[in-house]
Amino acid sequence: MSNQEEVMEGSHAVAHAIKGADPEVIAAYPITPQTHIVEKLSQFVADGELDSEYVKVESEFSAMSSCVGSSATGARTYTATSSQGLLLMNEVLYNASGLRLPIVMGVANRALGAPINIWNDHSDSIGVRDAGWIQLYAETNQEALDMSIQAYEIAENQDVMLPTMVCMDGYILTHTYEPVSIPEREEIQDFLSPYEPEHKLDPENPETFGTVGFPRDYTEFRYQQFDAMDNATDVIKQVFDEYSDKFGREQRGLIEEYRTEDADIVLISLGSIMGVVKETVDSLREEGKKIGAIKVRAFRPSPAQELIEAIKGSDVIAVLDKNVSIGKKGALFTELKDELYSSDVNPLAKNFIVGLGGRDVPEDSVKKIAKKAEKAKEHGRVKKEIEFIDLKEVYDND
Amino acid sequence: MPNFASIAKPGTTENYKTGSWRVYVPVLDKDKCIGCERCWEFCPDSSKIEEEYEGDTIFRTDLDYCKGCGICAEECPVDALEMELEEK
Amino acid sequence: MTRLEKKERFTSGHRACGGCGLALGARLAMKAVDDNSIATCATGCLEVTSSPYPQSSWKIPWLHSLFENSAAVAGGVEAALRAKGKQDINVVAQGGDGGTVDIGMRSLSGMLERGHDVAYICYDNEAYMNTGIQRSGSTPMNASTTTSPAGEESFGNENRKKNALKIAAAHNIPYVASASVAYPDDLIEKVKKANEINGPTYVQIHTPCPTGWGHEGDITVKLARLAVETGLWVLYEREEGEIKDVKKIKDRKPVEEYLKPQKRFKHLFKKEGGEERIQEIQEIADSNAEKFHLDEE
Ligand SMILES: Cc1ncc(C[n+]2csc(CCOP(=O)(O)OP(=O)(O)O)c2C)c(N)n1
Ligand code: SF4
Ligand code: SF4
Ligand code: SF4
Ligand SMILES: [Mg+2]
Repeated sequence: MSNQEEVMEGSHAVAHAIKGADPEVIAAYPITPQTHIVEKLSQFVADGELDSEYVKVESEFSAMSSCVGSSATGARTYTATSSQGLLLMNEVLYNASGLRLPIVMGVANRALGAPINIWNDHSDSIGVRDAGWIQLYAETNQEALDMSIQAYEIAENQDVMLPTMVCMDGYILTHTYEPVSIPEREEIQDFLSPYEPEHKLDPENPETFGTVGFPRDYTEFRYQQFDAMDNATDVIKQVFDEYSDKFGREQRGLIEEYRTEDADIVLISLGSIMGVVKETVDSLREEGKKIGAIKVRAFRPSPAQELIEAIKGSDVIAVLDKNVSIGKKGALFTELKDELYSSDVNPLAKNFIVGLGGRDVPEDSVKKIAKKAEKAKEHGRVKKEIEFIDLKEVYDND
Repeated sequence: MPNFASIAKPGTTENYKTGSWRVYVPVLDKDKCIGCERCWEFCPDSSKIEEEYEGDTIFRTDLDYCKGCGICAEECPVDALEMELEEK
Repeated sequence: MTRLEKKERFTSGHRACGGCGLALGARLAMKAVDDNSIATCATGCLEVTSSPYPQSSWKIPWLHSLFENSAAVAGGVEAALRAKGKQDINVVAQGGDGGTVDIGMRSLSGMLERGHDVAYICYDNEAYMNTGIQRSGSTPMNASTTTSPAGEESFGNENRKKNALKIAAAHNIPYVASASVAYPDDLIEKVKKANEINGPTYVQIHTPCPTGWGHEGDITVKLARLAVETGLWVLYEREEGEIKDVKKIKDRKPVEEYLKPQKRFKHLFKKEGGEERIQEIQEIADSNAEKFHLDEE
């Protein structure tokens, strides 16, 4: 392997990965904190390093619409966005999935307005979790880079054919410099199968796409998407394995367990927060606490089955969500708890809302969470299922 | 089972005979018809078929698809078409 | 042999109402497009009536995505073809007036301004027909629609029809044209030209709608012709910014002839004050005549 290590910000790491994946069409619109990805890609195109058609659309709505047209014409397609931009795409997201177009999109996770806020949380991508897109979440810049390549191999698999989001935390990853290992273009090309969709807009075989689905057939089309997402579970594992083997990484499975072997308390989350979560686990382990952590790499397809397997034997799970459904709870928590109901795994479960709108989550906060989980364990019950961590005192009714 | 992503084959609405919608039917006076093809040009349902009649070109109606809108009769320059209530 | 191309790329069996001007417009437009083409289509009557799964009226590759993105989708198709070195394939984007001049304006403007080699066709039946005849920005003044109904206090739509041809032209694109289903040769020639010209082009076709306008299906073509003969719908081309080839009118007809057979204007002939409203419409026709020098000596 001739991977070179370079220090660069996360956005540029992703841009390098995309350059290697060599999409034929890129259609994107600027929004903080995603902009550096598409700026870098624009520069690659301008410098002749990347031979993509770059469509400088007038909105995210048209970005995703152009991606639909391009992907349906059989071209490998890329876009990236964030927050308000992702929401503006909303209608087209469902459309892209229903049309079974394996578009890959980078999402620099950012909070939603109002109040307008350019910093990180997961409200944007979680908000479109039902659009029929695969959602991968990166913990590090390296992972964001790798997932951006893996995403094509997953999305374009004939048994999947679903669009895929590679989510990375805005600023925390996009704007942070870290050393990354960038595979050579040839290696990426060698890893990716060529995109040769069975159906495409082609005058040689003039098919009609986007027909009216009547009640007679509509359910079956949704079922096919559902089924494809199910297939994605195995395809993701396989692609992660192949990639790890080829490029010397250890990124396997929809989830990653960290010191969970004998853990009574397990902290579960996704994205960059896993860094501080793991550090907290380490320091608590030093204090003799039996605590572990689980990182979720894929939120769609649902990682729930693997999570259940992984938390077997633990007493308390604490799910850290950087999103909250107003009137309900965090998404990862509700979804995991839903799966637990019909399993024989039944730990106490607590939901912690953290890091909204870019609020920092230091080790102290994670320790606080661990302490609350411990308390639940002691009392043998959960008093409050959902808690906002580090809420200003006036609101904290703890 | 429907096929993948609701894709349809080209031109397949031809399997659906809209002729059943018709109430009035254009009736052609073949001797009047001068084969000018205006009726064919203006038919929204591509329901005119060119044919030979006593050595001349005429346009007859394709009853499989004709919806009986009457544009052809209205536009025929020589009044060769008459809309009549169709007996079914 | 027929004078116009015989081949139907928009074929029968579609579910449009009898006498649908939109279906006729699409059928004619597809005669101006060759087999080596890809079409997109916005949600609306044309899309709904022509693509009931598992059937399709289209004989060229065709993609419907959403209501307001036909132009952007077509831009993406064109970009993909460029990337693949298949610029020989024509790209045609289609939309109704609502999908074009209202909700699709952003994506149309973007596509035109970016210079995609796409021919955009707007089928203008002057309202949101597919959802039940609601007013659009392309609805003419004083027309009654379900959201601009005539009533005790209302003469129908209060605003003048949006001039989307002018908006398209403002993007400095090489070709803009208006067409009508009453003039098939002219329509086909214009769509052909739009397709042949490199870069973005825009053609707006006036397509009467018996259901929405409230007229008998047999006079669809006649009404389309009257719109031209009264000066309410002007046929012209704009090439490289210059207005060209305006269809001159001999003995321009009074607008009443056009308005009278349509239920959407019925109130103008019944209600007190209607006459002034008709006069208002006549003034629009007169001002068109002046601007475009319509009247033939
Ligand atoms: C975003 C969105 N808003 C509203 C609709 C509902 N809708 C579907 S077609 C249509 C009207 C179409 O009007 P037009 O574009 O003029 O086409 P027509 O049916 O008149 O040919 C509307 C409002 C929709 N499908 N999507
Ligand atoms: S329009 Fe009349 S004369 Fe011309 S071909 Fe048709 S039927 Fe014959
Ligand atoms: S009545 Fe209408 S549908 Fe039938 S042939 Fe004449 S124009 Fe076509
Ligand atoms: S409502 Fe009007 S535009 Fe729609 S199919 Fe019927 S006639 Fe055509
Ligand atoms: Mg309309």
